[in-house]
Amino acid sequence: MKGDGLDRWRIFRSTVCVLAALYLIAPLVIVVIISFSAASFLQFPPPGLSLRWYQNLFNSPAWTNSLGVSINILIPSASMATVLGTAAAVAIVRGRIPGASIIGGALMLPILVPGIITAAALFGVYRGLGLNGTLTGLIIGHVVITMPYVVATVSSALKTMDPRLEDAAATLGAPPFSAFRRVTLPLLAPAILSGLLFAAVASFDELIVSLFVSSARVRPVAVQMWSNIRGDMDPTIAAIASLCFAFALLALLAEMILRRRTGVEPT
Amino acid sequence: MEADLTRKAVGVASAHAIPTDEADAPPARPRRSSAGRMDVRIFLLVPAVLLLVVAFIGPVGMLLSRAFTHPQIGLQNFVDLWERRGFLQVLWNTITIAAIATPICVLIGFPVAHAMTHGSARLRRWLIFIVLVPFWTSLLVRTFANVILLQRNGPLNAMLVGLGLTAEPLPLLYNMSGLLFGAVQVLLPFVIFPLHAAMLRVDPAYMQAALTLGAGPVRAFFRVYLPLTMPGLLTGATLVFISTLGYYVTPAMLGGPRQTMIAQLIQDQIGQFGNWGIAGALALLLLLVSGAMLLLLQLTVGLKAVAR
Amino acid sequence: MMTASNGMNGPVLELRGVRKSYGGDVAVENVDLELRNEEFLTFLGPSGSGKTTTLMMVAGLQQPDAGSIRLGGKAVDRLPPYRRDIGMVFQNYALFPHMSVRRNVAFPLEMRGVSQPEIGRQVADVLELVGLATMGDRLPRQLSGGQQQRIALARAMVYHPALLLMDEPLGALDKKLREQMQREIKRIHRERRTSVLYVTHDQEEALTMSDRIAVFNKGRIEQIGTPEELYERPTTRFVADFLGETNFLPGRMGASETLSCRVHIGNQVFDAQTPAPVAPGTPVVVAVRPERLKVQPVAANGEGLSATLVDIVYLGNARRSVVRLADGRQCSVLQHASQADASRLAPGQALQLSWESRHATVFPDNHT
Repeated sequence: MKGDGLDRWRIFRSTVCVLAALYLIAPLVIVVIISFSAASFLQFPPPGLSLRWYQNLFNSPAWTNSLGVSINILIPSASMATVLGTAAAVAIVRGRIPGASIIGGALMLPILVPGIITAAALFGVYRGLGLNGTLTGLIIGHVVITMPYVVATVSSALKTMDPRLEDAAATLGAPPFSAFRRVTLPLLAPAILSGLLFAAVASFDELIVSLFVSSARVRPVAVQMWSNIRGDMDPTIAAIASLCFAFALLALLAEMILRRRTGVEPT
Repeated sequence: MEADLTRKAVGVASAHAIPTDEADAPPARPRRSSAGRMDVRIFLLVPAVLLLVVAFIGPVGMLLSRAFTHPQIGLQNFVDLWERRGFLQVLWNTITIAAIATPICVLIGFPVAHAMTHGSARLRRWLIFIVLVPFWTSLLVRTFANVILLQRNGPLNAMLVGLGLTAEPLPLLYNMSGLLFGAVQVLLPFVIFPLHAAMLRVDPAYMQAALTLGAGPVRAFFRVYLPLTMPGLLTGATLVFISTLGYYVTPAMLGGPRQTMIAQLIQDQIGQFGNWGIAGALALLLLLVSGAMLLLLQLTVGLKAVAR
Repeated sequence: MMTASNGMNGPVLELRGVRKSYGGDVAVENVDLELRNEEFLTFLGPSGSGKTTTLMMVAGLQQPDAGSIRLGGKAVDRLPPYRRDIGMVFQNYALFPHMSVRRNVAFPLEMRGVSQPEIGRQVADVLELVGLATMGDRLPRQLSGGQQQRIALARAMVYHPALLLMDEPLGALDKKLREQMQREIKRIHRERRTSVLYVTHDQEEALTMSDRIAVFNKGRIEQIGTPEELYERPTTRFVADFLGETNFLPGRMGASETLSCRVHIGNQVFDAQTPAPVAPGTPVVVAVRPERLKVQPVAANGEGLSATLVDIVYLGNARRSVVRLADGRQCSVLQHASQADASRLAPGQALQLSWESRHATVFPDNHT
């Protein structure tokens, strides 16, 4: 019916989609394959397969230390970001605070402002406070950067939730905090967990703030990777990159499952 | 950082929708409730706002102020920037790179968003997954992957030569091509998700009406569909542009010396020379350009509603 | 100045054997009909009955699986919507939000390459026709629902299409506005003498506006006819039930001739009409409209169906009496205020019901 005009568009569209999909995925696949390479240079396709780079990773103190630092940053910062962000989202969406939307917008600023500025700014302030090269400094920086996402996710979930549910609970005899705890919070749980996951992954991958604030002894995985990449590259990088990728993939799958639970499709 | 920006901005763009569109919000509840609720809510907001002010707004403000105070009070830093053409060249390069990357992203992203919206449910799920996977992957990992991919003896060149598209391997790394290749890859979700959200909001009845009124598919697209998705498109384009301005890792790893961008410059000035004044000035300029783009977006999208 | 009448002799629209299914479900089954020049034909039925799907196929927005569609004598099966000579008004108006009223209405004229001055003239004309001449520069979202409705109509008519399609256009309006718009649409129909295909689920709307009505049920057309034919002489139980209010009195078929028959209810016998022959002894229902039931206190001669008055509902200009029959079923009797005053009924009273043979139709009782 619509004629070959529409078919031509469909073919073009499909072609673009396939090429775009390859464009987006292929590099990752290549990295994973190289991480199993038997050779010590970044040749693709690799001459043989081996696990030596993964072994190298776990035997090297530089890497294992940095992994420890990353985890020590990730857990507190993701938790704090989630708690603060959720509280802020609830206040903005459900509270009757004047200027709530402006405050909500301001909370998004760390996203809109280029990371280099945030990093340099924190570095500058930390110098006076001796927070450079400390876990605390890194944690604070990561919370600042990851909190907006939690706010956005939880706000979005709150907005799609019927506010009359809490009203209904009130008419059934529940005081405000109870209504929140027993009605709203369980319904928000997937969004909160989703925000937590995202904050965790973002913290793990975060480079620029960490780059400024780290020291030789206190550096997360991302900074360790960066210095390795700037130096000599061998497939150990590919190994850690693959692990990061696997971690991210698992987190993404978990997040998608959580979104299905709320009934909210991604976008 | 690119990755953080990407993630968060997509969340913002698709969750909040910068063009003030609250069509999906549930009906507003009557503005009466127990007075006690208001107090509690404010306390919930305080920690986050406190953190924001102390650990973000304050430090950024201080950085920016150094443009005017370091090493001495006044506009000396800006005069320096103006005189040392190299710096302004970098700023100009940065804007140019963003200006090239943005249309590329839109051209690739539009068909993908369209397929996501109007394709089958299975296709949509696959596309969303494929776009999200790199999005959730560390930027460093992806950029590193691109280095491997784009090498002279890397798989992409091997494929191009193998397919007979070029006689010799192309220089795809440490130049503009490499930079754009890596940047667009990171930026695509920025465009795809806001566009997808905007396309979802277009009632199919509009296109049907256009068809019954005598517009063929092409004219219906340009006269009805495109204008209706334009706010989402412009939002995505603005996000892409602003993100690109702040790029650090991608130009450092995939670009050549002529592709140095402003973030690298700021880092140099602080790390190598301790030139906080210049760094602050550059940061201020970067923020001004970003802010100008956002303002432009607000004005354009805001005024879009008023058609002649 | 062109009128919509295009001097055709044949029907404006012809559907023959049109069929459409989605997956395993048949949405439209074997639809045959004709829409004549200048006629206002309504597709009436509950949601899911296939009326909108059929309309979509006439518009070209969906394709039939089988059958043929002819517009103005021409087969349009292969033609996309933008090459069919139709105008369509959508349920939620579908006014282009990014264009002013004027641009919206001008859109189809631009598509047809009409010159700018001529466009200005025609747009002004049609805005005048729908009574919104001053709204040209407004945006759709600045208009009320009723105004948007009229602009949608103007836009669909400005280029004088051979056939105007309307898909439940008044569904979103409140009652008073709806009735006002119904009159507007009828007025425009008369003035412009367009052919209209109208879809609605509101049977009152269909009755007041249409020249003919096609009643849809489960993908099939149950009956096509004028409002009076459908109301007074329904040929299927569904039509009798769907249009207006009907009482269904169960009984058994007695003797029957071509059109009239006798029905046994309880141990009494009554006269009625039957659209098709039914074997004696078959369980049937007698369909009688509430306003055609005559009610009087029980009289000595005991003719008429026994019933007890349960309740009288005050409707302003009428009274509805709810009566209970011997077998426990309830019926409605509708009387005008003057009739009701005259009969002076009271709840609890024993009554007898009767009717004229021509006001009762018999249908086989194969209720699922």
